[in-house]
Amino acid sequence: MSAAILPLALDNVSYASNGQAIIRGVSLAIEAGPATIILGANGAGKSVLMRLMHGLLAPSAGRVRWSEPDPASLRRRQAMVFQRPVMLRRSALANVVYALKIANIAASERQALALAALDEVGLRHLAHRPARVLSGGEQQRLALARAWALHPEVLFLDEPTANLDPGAAREIETVIKAFDAAGTKIVMATHNLGQARRLGDEVIYLHGGRVIERAPIEQFFARPASAEAAAFMKGELPWV
Amino acid sequence: MGAIAEGLHRVLALDRELWRIVALSLEVSLSAVLIATTLGLPLGAALAVKRFAGRRAVIVVLNALMGLPPVVVGLLIYLLLSRAGPLGELGLLFTPGAMVIAQSVLILPIVAALARQALEDAWREYEEQLRSLGARELDAAFTLIWDARFSLVTAVLAGLGRAAAEVGAVMIVGGNIDGVTRVMTTAIALETSKGDLPLALGLGFVLIALVLLINAAAQLVKEAAQRRFG
Repeated sequence: MSAAILPLALDNVSYASNGQAIIRGVSLAIEAGPATIILGANGAGKSVLMRLMHGLLAPSAGRVRWSEPDPASLRRRQAMVFQRPVMLRRSALANVVYALKIANIAASERQALALAALDEVGLRHLAHRPARVLSGGEQQRLALARAWALHPEVLFLDEPTANLDPGAAREIETVIKAFDAAGTKIVMATHNLGQARRLGDEVIYLHGGRVIERAPIEQFFARPASAEAAAFMKGELPWV
Repeated sequence: MGAIAEGLHRVLALDRELWRIVALSLEVSLSAVLIATTLGLPLGAALAVKRFAGRRAVIVVLNALMGLPPVVVGLLIYLLLSRAGPLGELGLLFTPGAMVIAQSVLILPIVAALARQALEDAWREYEEQLRSLGARELDAAFTLIWDARFSLVTAVLAGLGRAAAEVGAVMIVGGNIDGVTRVMTTAIALETSKGDLPLALGLGFVLIALVLLINAAAQLVKEAAQRRFG
């Protein structure tokens, strides 16, 4: 494996769909290290911004640059967990094995790596259960296991707990912390302030497709610099 | 009612000869389904996943080809396989092989077009996840075929139904030769034209019963598998 794929640089990136601007001239650098939370209201452009970073969408203008120039190597060294996990119609274990196969991991190693990943997220006992009959929380943990098995350098998470009950959400957060502890760079979109605080080291605040503010987490919550962020937090936490 | 009872009685009395006709019908139609499925599923998957110029036109043409008239397909294959035709050397005309070719051509668009629709729906759900994992188009196409396998059963059954029911193509390229290329539908047509309506009717019921049986079995397998895999 060559040098790190980070930092990631966005250079005046814009994205429009059907003539509607969704991301407007975003420039920022994502460095290895601190867990980055992309915060913003619904429709602020969080999901689209992450898809631009992850390479699922191509920017309408501007550039997304990683330190690793080879697209194949880049692809297999980052992973993304979506709001609604997509499970293949096969067992939980086979879902993880599939990801390893696509990443060109030798067939002899896949099984062991996949089982270790299931262990990590606490799903080993469900390894042979068809993935699509698992509960929402279990499916999301399986999606994390699929990412874990690949030991990505960067993990993008798009509101991974938005559809889950608090218990399941806590389990997901535990796994995300394990990724962080193992040295994977976390980039997570959420509009849940509690979760942002529990998991994040820094906040990128998005509003109307623009980055309004970027700050260390404690500073952001104590003294948001922008009126938009302050209003957003007041809306989310009306009792403050 | 009397005619139906007589027809079924006559059909069962045919025994040896009847079963040869039934067996050839199944052999020809199932072979055609096998060929059309082998070619049609990858073709449908490619159309579902790949984006290229003219894709929509190809889909429109493919959908239109689902309505190919069997006699026209029969005629085209006849021209290709006849002594003077480009493939006349093969000597396939008026053999079961020619019937398999004609039925394959007839149902390939059905299998491919219905598969394309089912796989495109699956692709809409899977695309981001598969691209995120780094799946290439070829990986994605085969993953979709495997994951949508229960929906694809319907596409294959539609092809089988069409193959088992058509008479025009096998009549022209097979010639309805007794003991060689006579299948259920051509036998029914023959008995009808001879005026033996009870026997034609009896054969018709056997044909319908067979198609029903195959569909019921496929449906049961599909449902059991779906319950198991979600």
